[in-house]
Amino acid sequence: MKRIVTPSQTVGPYLKIGLEEIAPLGSQDIPGERITISGRLLDGEGKGVNDGMIETWQANARGKYAHPEDFQDKQTTPGFTGFGRVWTDPEGGFRFETIKPGPVPWNDVAPWNDAGPWKDTAPRNNSDNQAPHIVVSVFARGLLKHLVTRIYFQDDPLLADDPVLKTVTDAARRETLLAVPDSGNPGAYLWDIVLQGPRETVFFDC
Amino acid sequence: MPKVNGYRRQKPTQEVPYLYAPYASTVLRSPQQPLVVLPHTLSEITGPLQGHEAVRPNDNDLTRQHEGEPQGQRIIVSGRVTDADGRPVPDALIEIWQCNAAGRYRHEVDQHDAPLDPNFSGAGRTVTDADGAYRFVTIEPGAYPWGNHENAWRPKHIHFSLFGTAFATRLITQMFFPGDPLLPLDPVFNCVKDAKARNRMVSSFDIETTVPEHALGYRFDIVLRGRDATPMEG
Repeated sequence: MKRIVTPSQTVGPYLKIGLEEIAPLGSQDIPGERITISGRLLDGEGKGVNDGMIETWQANARGKYAHPEDFQDKQTTPGFTGFGRVWTDPEGGFRFETIKPGPVPWNDVAPWNDAGPWKDTAPRNNSDNQAPHIVVSVFARGLLKHLVTRIYFQDDPLLADDPVLKTVTDAARRETLLAVPDSGNPGAYLWDIVLQGPRETVFFDC
Repeated sequence: MPKVNGYRRQKPTQEVPYLYAPYASTVLRSPQQPLVVLPHTLSEITGPLQGHEAVRPNDNDLTRQHEGEPQGQRIIVSGRVTDADGRPVPDALIEIWQCNAAGRYRHEVDQHDAPLDPNFSGAGRTVTDADGAYRFVTIEPGAYPWGNHENAWRPKHIHFSLFGTAFATRLITQMFFPGDPLLPLDPVFNCVKDAKARNRMVSSFDIETTVPEHALGYRFDIVLRGRDATPMEG
């Protein structure tokens, strides 16, 4: 007998009471290419969401997750959990510093995994890897359930073969998943999250 | 190519919508484009495993975080965290936050005309044991007004945050109290169509965990997503 899963509810405006910010790099010197990602969380009128929270999860520079189900024969990085959490500021801005994740493997998704909506669009491509990416959860007052998206890197050579990006066929929409290098500012990337409207970010049914 | 055992999706009626107009803040914050269905990959079946190192003594007792005791009805909130197949979720971090007995949060944005309690912060954390069980001591939160609609009041609730075993099992929810007359009027609670799913969020009074001469017990079991069927080789 399957149990019904507890539904999600909004974090409301007072989430800072219970949930602390967590820097992905902590205090340790983590090997890898240092990057910063900054942007704004915007609502359907283009206003900054000042009571939002963004959580990030990523692999280390070798493309290894600090998790027992990562089956790859690669080493984790001591002191690097891969998790980060930032609140948005009064203008909806956010910024975090981390290391660029390495590529992680793609996997067979059919037919036992997510048959159903995915079944007909599943990329039967020959890609072994996913392009480097950070998975993101967005929480805020007014979001009854968190939104899931991904950060890819616009200047990464593996983008063209990424199986997930390929499923987003509209090029303009696909671009919402790409963090853009901030020219003249090495290691800095710009990436906004737009909850609604013409520039709406691609969100995933995860 | 490696195989990955993902997590099951909910029936749409048991899932919460993004746009739910009775809850006014959803109107400008909900996406209008359909979500893109993402198969679970290594990125989604892994996730932050925050555990025991995040918890300090007294973190699970919100009545002992200050010099004096907070005002209000002392309660014990306990239960088990399992997945949808009934398997316990051990060593899982649970973080909670709530308002005080008067219905006021210790937060600069909360300007409700009700007193703050110098002996109550309203934040707690704990980790589930090997059987998925957890326990908090706190005080019963008050109801409070909010600006959603005319004479709108939130029912008494405690916010719960859990990671579970993977990025895909992340859950932030709210625990409500049985028989609260505000529940049928609350658009946040009622955003879930299926009554059984909605009532997952309502705790039950529990005489077994009620401590004589000390505190009332409420039971709140939390169910996280279950795994897809085990992949067959070949």
